[in-house]
Amino acid sequence: MVSSLNQLAEGAALRINGVSKRFLSPDRSEFTALDTVSLSVKAGQLISLVGPSGCGKSTLLRMIAGLETPDSGELLVGTEKITQPCASRGLVFQDPNLFPWLTVRKNIQAGPLARGVRGETRQEVEDFLRLVGLENFANAFPHHLSGGMAQRVALARALINHPQILLLDEPLGALDAFTRMRMQDEVLRLWQARGTTMLFVTHDIDEAIYMSDSIVIMTPRPGRIEEIIRVDLERPRDRSSAEFLALRASILKMLHFAGDEH
Amino acid sequence: MAESSSSVAPARTEPIAVVPAFRKGWLAKLGFPLAVALAYGIHAAISREEPPLETRNYSILLAGLGGLGLLAAALQFCMRGFRRWMEDMWPILSAAVLLFAALEIVTTGLRLLPLPYFPSPPKILQSAIDDRVLIWESTYHSLFLLARGYLMGVLLGLVTGVCIGWFRTARYWGMPVMKIVGPIPATAWIPLALILSPSATLSAICLIAIAVWFPVTMLTASGIANTRASYLDVARTLGARPSYLIFRVAIPAAMPNIFLGLFMGLGAAFLTLVVAETVGVKSGLGWYLGWSREWAEYGKVFAALGIMAIFFSTIMTGLFALRDRVLVWQKGTIKW
Repeated sequence: MVSSLNQLAEGAALRINGVSKRFLSPDRSEFTALDTVSLSVKAGQLISLVGPSGCGKSTLLRMIAGLETPDSGELLVGTEKITQPCASRGLVFQDPNLFPWLTVRKNIQAGPLARGVRGETRQEVEDFLRLVGLENFANAFPHHLSGGMAQRVALARALINHPQILLLDEPLGALDAFTRMRMQDEVLRLWQARGTTMLFVTHDIDEAIYMSDSIVIMTPRPGRIEEIIRVDLERPRDRSSAEFLALRASILKMLHFAGDEH
Repeated sequence: MAESSSSVAPARTEPIAVVPAFRKGWLAKLGFPLAVALAYGIHAAISREEPPLETRNYSILLAGLGGLGLLAAALQFCMRGFRRWMEDMWPILSAAVLLFAALEIVTTGLRLLPLPYFPSPPKILQSAIDDRVLIWESTYHSLFLLARGYLMGVLLGLVTGVCIGWFRTARYWGMPVMKIVGPIPATAWIPLALILSPSATLSAICLIAIAVWFPVTMLTASGIANTRASYLDVARTLGARPSYLIFRVAIPAAMPNIFLGLFMGLGAAFLTLVVAETVGVKSGLGWYLGWSREWAEYGKVFAALGIMAIFFSTIMTGLFALRDRVLVWQKGTIKW
């Protein structure tokens, strides 16, 4: 592997203290997206957030990214309060959101360019192109890419900034099963190589168990943390082992009760 | 996003234009020369009674076209791309030649249209040739005037459009002005422009600039304001500062809209140019058109119209080519 990829961007610890957020719904009534949510993530942990839609997972992620501000409570990276977006906290959306007017290479280069780093990025861009296996598509425009390829570019674009915290909002949701499993291993490999703190929103319980150190289960209306489950299985994890399946069953049960609440 | 995905690129291929069978083969080679020959025959038959000085140049033109047609037929044997192009184009090219032949029949041949208002194609050609120096100068003046007015309007429009689209304060104060003042046709400012400006040329430039400025501003502003929020979110999480958000995200995202504004502005600029030249500026194609009409030289009027058609459509084509270059990233997704 090329040197710049393994350049260690150590993860940062994240603390979420009693954060609440209300939104106005289309019918002008207020609803509580997040209700005094607290969570502590150690540096270098991989956490997944699981829960039905409307439980505030994405809102929480957007707040950590600095795209939303909480109505009450605070979010801290180390000891520093999050007030605005920053290149040290990368966010990969469910929709790749590549800039359609830039080629694949320039989309990846947009990472350093956006934070004002010029020159010296050429080699790094090539490294990341190779990392996501798209060196042959460097000059293609996004509308020529399949969903999986586009998502890999989006991942590379976030990673090239060497974020301390990487936020992934269902980044693999739109991929087919095989591409998805490959990407899971890819993300895990990156995580292990670089020690980035990762928060991972997913609807897929298998994915959550396969990848994360802890699974945060959330419930909707109002968005709350229901339970935090530690996954103590050794990596690489066997998706068909008894422990894996038992954990899966218990989480499903938990979510099923959560779904019955309303 | 329901798009199913695989790691294989769905190579998007342009559909190959299907050319009807009748356009291919020997007709593709000889269709156009035959049409020219037919037009030449009609011309020769009709103009036998006419003074040869008025019709000779048209004969030469047709003969030249015929020669080119034969050359094109020969080239099709060795140039494949050109053959494709001719297979596609010969019917419309032939139709154009035959249209002029039909016009000649209707005017000089059958005398169906009142003279001197509708001269025959040979007469129009002769007028253009007789007046070539003046026409050339007029075209040059028009181009120069248009370029100055259009560029000024585009620059102003881009600046105001980006400001109104991006900054809330600019939007609050600027939008009402745009909405009230903008829809006034630029030509309606002529009386005011003539009073305010020391020279007719300057006032014409300003009028064209106003005509361009409004559509460019409106479409740029709406393009900027409608930039997908997710693009801005992505850029911000990458650490982008406001200048990056405006110049590298919002403006590229608004480019399709900006080009719409540029096209609308160009149309408005042509209109304003011709009107301004007719009323104030004493040069240019618009002026030449009115001047020829005053002298009842309708051959020149039609010649001027023909030159304008070529002049304006060339500029329009240039703008299309520029758009295709700039918007290459969305090729195949949007067609106008």
